[in-house]
Amino acid sequence: MIILSYISKGKWKKAMKQKNKFLFIIIVFTFFYFMPFSSSKILNALMESLLMAQDYARQHVLLCLIPAFFIAGAIANFISQENIIKYFGAEANKFLSYTVASVSGTILAVCSCTVLPLFAGIYKRGAGIGPATAFLYSGPAINILAIILTARVLGFELGLARATGAIIFSIVIGLSMHFIFHEDEKEKIKDKSLFSESNTQEERPLWQTAFYFTTLIGILIFANWRKDESLKIWQAIYSSKWYITGILLIILFWMLVKWFNKEERAQWVSSSWSFAQQILPFLLGGVLVAGFLLGRPGSEALIPKIWIGNLVGGNSLWSNLFASVVGAFMYFATLTEIPILQGLLGAGMGKGPALALLLAGPALSLPNMLVIRSILGTKKTLVFILLVITMATLSGMIFGYFF
Amino acid sequence: MKIEILGTGCPKCKKLSELAAEAVNKLGASAEITKVTDINKIIDYGVMVTPALVIDGDVKIAGKIPEKEEIKRWIEEKKNEIIS
Repeated sequence: MIILSYISKGKWKKAMKQKNKFLFIIIVFTFFYFMPFSSSKILNALMESLLMAQDYARQHVLLCLIPAFFIAGAIANFISQENIIKYFGAEANKFLSYTVASVSGTILAVCSCTVLPLFAGIYKRGAGIGPATAFLYSGPAINILAIILTARVLGFELGLARATGAIIFSIVIGLSMHFIFHEDEKEKIKDKSLFSESNTQEERPLWQTAFYFTTLIGILIFANWRKDESLKIWQAIYSSKWYITGILLIILFWMLVKWFNKEERAQWVSSSWSFAQQILPFLLGGVLVAGFLLGRPGSEALIPKIWIGNLVGGNSLWSNLFASVVGAFMYFATLTEIPILQGLLGAGMGKGPALALLLAGPALSLPNMLVIRSILGTKKTLVFILLVITMATLSGMIFGYFF
Repeated sequence: MKIEILGTGCPKCKKLSELAAEAVNKLGASAEITKVTDINKIIDYGVMVTPALVIDGDVKIAGKIPEKEEIKRWIEEKKNEIIS
C-alpha cells in the first residue's frame, strides 16, 4: 500500500486548480476583449515579437544552443561534482576555497536549482560564509549556457565581461561577508564527511574526458565562426569552418563509440534533452515578450525608446544603479535575461548598465532572497543584497567607461 | 519503509518522485513517499546536490536521476535487510 503524504491535501489542491483555471480563462478573455489589436502600435509590436523569435530560431538555436545543451548535459554527467565540492570543506585551504567558489559555477550551476542547496551546505557545514556567498554570486552568472548565449547574442566583450566580472566580484563579496561576519562563525558544526571524496572511482582517464570536452567546445566554436576579414587566418578558418566542424563531429562520434558504453551515451542524451526541455520554453517566452515590448535592435516596439534611454541610457551612476536594483529584485528564468537585454540594448540601454543587470540579475531575485534569508538570517541577507547591488553598479560603470 | 525525495522543486525532483512512486507501485512494496523541500533539512541529510533519494535515512543517490531499475533494487535491498 502506498500512502502519499500529500493525499489529505489532494482535495484542497484540486479546488485550487479549478479556481486557477477559471481565473486564467477570465484573464485571457479580458485580455483579448480589450486589447486594441488593430492599432498600428500593437500590430507593430506583435510583428517585432515574431521577428525576434525568428531571429533566434535562425541564428541562435540550431548552431549555438543545441551544442550548448549537449555540453551542459556532458558536464552534468561526466564531471564528478564531488571532486570540486571537497574544496568547500571547513578544513580546506582558504585561498583554494575562494578561487574554486568563484569559478566552479561553470560546472556546478548548470541547473539553477542546484545553486541554493550547495550554498546552504557550504555555509552551514563547510568553508563558511565567505566562499558560500562567493559561489552564490558567481554561480548563476557563469554557468556554461549563460556565458555561451551571452557571448553569442550580446557580443563577445559583454560575455567575457560577465564572466570575469562575476568571478572577480564574487571574491570581493565573499571576502567582505567573511570580514563583516566572521565573529558569528565560530560555534558552527563542521561536518567533514559532507565534503570528503566519495569512493566512486572515475571510470574514464582524465585525458579522455578532457579530449571529449575539447571536441565538444570545438564544434560549438567552429560551427559559429563569424566572418572576419581583418586577418588571413580568420578568413581561412571561416571558409573551411564546415570541414573543421565535420571532422570534429567524426572524432566525437568515434570517441562516443570507443570510450563510452551504451548507458552513458543514453544518459548524456537524456540529460541534454532535459536541459532543452527546461530552458527552451522559457527562452521562447522571454524572446516573445522582449520582442513585443522592446523590439529588435534598431526598431521600436511598444515601449518608447526615449523612456529606456532616460532610465538606463549612457553610463551614469543612476543608470547603473537602477539596472542593478531592478536586476536584483526581478526573477529571470535561466537565460531569459539575454533576449530581454538584447531588446533593451537595442532600445538605447548603455553597455555598462547592461552588465550591471547581467551581474545582479541571475544571482538574486525576490523569491530566492527569501530562501537565502531562511539560511543566513535577515541581517546577513541584507548586507549580501547591498554588496551585490554595489558591486554590480560598480562593475557596470567600469565596463561602460571602457566600451 | 520510508522514502524521501529531497529537492527544492525543480523539474528533476518531480521526475524523481514520479519514478520512485512507479517503482514502489511495481514492487507492491509498503512505503511512504514524502517530499522534503526545506533546504535546511536537505543539508541535514548531508546532501548538497539535488535531487536526492533517501530510503529509511540512507542517502541512495544525490545529484542525479537514477534508473527505475536501480530504485527497485534499493527498495528490495532494504526489504531484505528488514527481514534478516
